[in-house]
Parts: sequence; structure tokens; C-alpha cells
Amino acid sequence: MVNPQMVMYEEEFNQIQAVVDRLVRDANAKVVFIVDKNGQLISASGDIDNVDTTSLASLTAGNIAATGGMAKLLKENEFATQFHEGEKQNIHIQLVGNRVILVVIFDTRSSLGLVRLRVKKANEELNHIFEQLLKKVQEPGADSPFAEITDEDIDNLFND
Amino acid sequence: MSFINYMAREINCKLVYYGPGLCGKTTNLQYIYERTNPEAKGKMISLATETERTLFFDFLPLSLGEIRGFKTRFHLYTVPGQVFYDASRKLILKGVDGVIFVADSQIERTEANLESVENLRTNLAEQGYSLDKLPYVVQYNKRDLPNVAGLEELREMINTTKVPDFEAVARTGVGVFDTLKAVAKLVLTELRKGG
Repeated sequence: MVNPQMVMYEEEFNQIQAVVDRLVRDANAKVVFIVDKNGQLISASGDIDNVDTTSLASLTAGNIAATGGMAKLLKENEFATQFHEGEKQNIHIQLVGNRVILVVIFDTRSSLGLVRLRVKKANEELNHIFEQLLKKVQEPGADSPFAEITDEDIDNLFND
Repeated sequence: MSFINYMAREINCKLVYYGPGLCGKTTNLQYIYERTNPEAKGKMISLATETERTLFFDFLPLSLGEIRGFKTRFHLYTVPGQVFYDASRKLILKGVDGVIFVADSQIERTEANLESVENLRTNLAEQGYSLDKLPYVVQYNKRDLPNVAGLEELREMINTTKVPDFEAVARTGVGVFDTLKAVAKLVLTELRKGG
């Protein structure tokens, strides 16, 4: 496979969640979430009950993929930052370590300057955490929890 | 590339419906969406043109239940089938765990099917995947139409590697869930090997 398996453990998850929770407060954001480049939601914080984070995650990844495609055509490495300005709400998208995507949704209670500043710090912290996580995943002996599943387990999923 | 989340006790996999323009990829997803319990599905998103041709992708998140205490979640995507959207198709294949090739059974679409399956192989190879190693199933859609090619003929042309294949009428749902279950099983079996 081209990419190693994406795995999330409790320790790293808590570290990531702490960064995301803090970013919501520090940036006066509505919602902050992290998505991997394939569109899987990793972590979210803020007013998440009122947004469809699963759909947003998938669309964000599509957006980053399309922008990455444009970058390639222009012989740029990546466009690491994107900003979408709406009438009431704005979205700031930051690529972290070319691996995951940090999304901040904010309204008039905050400003682009503040969000940029806070995202920069969070970006460094997240980059570090994901590097550690990647090392851990690549260590030998990290068995898949699915190594033991049987055909019966799989069949049972479909007996409805 | 599946995503195992020990914290949320979840496993997430990505399935992609591939095939020529108007073969019924979006129709497959629409049928699955209509026939799935509300608690097992998320919102279906279609990035389409005004004439309902897929522009970028359709997306449907599904939960299939638990395996050994892990919730299994599948993200279903379609690609735009029209030839000139090739750049978009490549992007959607990133991180794919399983592929469904939807063939249009009509005789006049023979060439389009062959071109599309070849395009799938090429685009996967560009991402470093091999179609022969990936969980992969084939669906022969539109079996209810009068001008369709024979099943054996289609098999010989499209399913050269003899993966699980299904006849379907996506509009009425015939074969839709059989196809989905088959590829989901292959993906989960692959996970057992350590993915």
C-alpha cells in the first residue's frame, strides 16, 4: 500500500482533542475539526451538534484533493492554506504535515487574523503529535484488532 | 486505506463506485440511501451539474453494525463517469479500500465499459494500487433493458480476473445490496490480514 494504515490510539487522540478544544476557545471559533486526507473525521470540537461533521469532513477532503490537483498542475507542492468567506460564517482550512486537515469555522465574533495566528500554533503542535502517531503505527507488532475475526463475524454483519 | 480508531472503537473504510458515464453509479447510491434505516446512514451528498450529471462525487456514509466491539463504517463514493473528468476520478480513488465497477449492459456501451475499466486500472496504478490486489467486484447494470449484451459475453470482456460479479437493475434495486455486501466482505477480509 502507498500509505500506511491510519490508526488512532487513546493517548494521541486525547492530545489531539486537547489542541482542538483549546483552538475553539483561543480563536473564538464555532467549530474546529480535523480530517484525514481521505475524508475520515478524526476529531471535532465546538458547536458540533448543529453541523453535519461527517459530510463536512468528506467535502473538505474533496476540496483539499482538488486544490492539490491544481497545485500539481502549476508545479506547486501544495496550497497549504485556504480561506472561504461567507456572509455570516467563514472557513479556514489548513493542511497539517501534508497528512491531515485542520478546519476552523468562525463568525463575526472572531477574525481571520486571530484564526490564522492560533492555527499556526496549533499546526505545529498537531504536526508533532501526528509524527509520533505515525512512528507508533509503523512499529512492528502493532497487530490489527481484526486479525482474529472469522468469516462468521463478517457474515453476521449482513444478517438483517 | 481504512482508518482504525481505538478511541471511538470504530473502523472506517472507503468504497468507490467506478464506471462509464450514465451506467448507474449514482443510482446505486440513491437506492442504498432510500433503503437504509435513518440511524445507519448519514446525509447523501451529490456534487452534480444542473442536469444531474456527477461533477465531482456523490458521498454516502453507512454504518453496518459491530464486529468484535468495533463499529464498522463505510464511506461510499461515486466518481464522475464522463471521460473528461479524469482528473477528478483520480482524486477520489485516493485512500480507497474497495472498488465496485458498474458496467452498463447495453450493447452500444461496450466500448465505454472497456475504456472505463482500463481507465480504472491506470488511475489506480498511478496511486500505487493494483486492481488485482484490491477488494474488487463487478456489477452488470440495466439488465432490464431490451438491448443488453449476454452475461457470459460481458463477463469475458469486463471481468477478466473473475472477481465476484452481479447482475443488477439499480433503478429498482435488483442486485444493489448484493454488490455492496460482496465488496464490504472482501474489505473486511482484507483487514483481517492486517490491511
